[in-house]
Amino acid sequence: MSEGHDWPLWEVFVRAKGGLSHRHVGSVHAPDPELALAHARDTYTRRQEGVSLWVVKSTDIVASDPAQAGELFDPAADKVYRHPTFYDIPDDVKHI
Amino acid sequence: MPSLPAFEKDVEEKAKRAPDTGAFDGQTAEAGSDPLEDSYYDYLCRLGDDALILGQRLGEWCGHAPALEVDLSLANLALDLIGQATMALGHANNGDGDELAFHRDVLDFRNCLLVEQPNGDFAQTIARQLLFSTWQHILYRELSDSPDKFLRELAAKAVKEVAYHRELASEWAIRLGDGTEESAGRMAQGLDWCWRFVPELFEVDAQLEEMIARQTVPDPRGFEAEYYAAIEGVLAEAGLALPPDQRPILGGRRGHHSEHLGPLLAVMQHVPRTYPDSAW
Repeated sequence: MSEGHDWPLWEVFVRAKGGLSHRHVGSVHAPDPELALAHARDTYTRRQEGVSLWVVKSTDIVASDPAQAGELFDPAADKVYRHPTFYDIPDDVKHI
Repeated sequence: MPSLPAFEKDVEEKAKRAPDTGAFDGQTAEAGSDPLEDSYYDYLCRLGDDALILGQRLGEWCGHAPALEVDLSLANLALDLIGQATMALGHANNGDGDELAFHRDVLDFRNCLLVEQPNGDFAQTIARQLLFSTWQHILYRELSDSPDKFLRELAAKAVKEVAYHRELASEWAIRLGDGTEESAGRMAQGLDWCWRFVPELFEVDAQLEEMIARQTVPDPRGFEAEYYAAIEGVLAEAGLALPPDQRPILGGRRGHHSEHLGPLLAVMQHVPRTYPDSAW
């Protein structure tokens, strides 16, 4: 593999099966969207991991600033009433 | 460009005799089951050997492709093809495809010359893949209607795999042809190298004629126009022209192979031949 090739990086999301949401599984290098999809297919769905794929250019993802983690996320720590833990969930209900 | 291999007369003779004399033991079916008819056995070997040899060739890219992702792509194609070969050769030989894959010599292989051609650079590999997968895809599509149950099932599984091979090869051919001056030049050279082996894909000899007459398999000449139109379409999108006609080179289906197949088989077969019956 040559060093420093200029293919952009793409983030890969896989839907494991119908009804579930796409989950981030990793990234691939590719020159354009179509080949990014092909590379994602060849890299991340070799073992029947999914039924649907998304690829997104890594640079198109807007990320939160780790330095702001305190103000963004810490205030949720003591709001236990936001968790739906006061209900009984039937055993048959999966993926909650 | 290599010249036609010069065959000694007795080698020619041996190749001609081989299908009839049981020069290879695997052709004789086990006692108790009906032996496969020669033309059917031969057809399975053609399908299986095409897939096996191209699978082995693509496997040679493992660890050497231009990028890690491409490495995986090519290995995936190879594994699809080896799976198809396992089915076809297994059916030809009472479930023991390995015996055919690892214990036949060059003259007994029935693959077309295109698939045994060296990888060359990435563009040459893509050219070979485009020319072969397009043909194989149409063939499997037609075969999925075969009255023969095995061929129908093989085709139904393989046609999806090969649809992706064709798609990927087309996408790469377009990008290389429509890329830089260097990539376009290499793509054109790769096509040029492979072009003389394309007519063999549409050759109908006596063995194939027999299968076609029984309406078990499609006549490849029936989709020749569709094939060339498809290739021309991809190349047009790639900004490339069809290569000029070249003198066709035939013979793979009768065991007359180029000098490239022997070394490939040596690499592929040396472990099972050195350690027969070993298991892991």
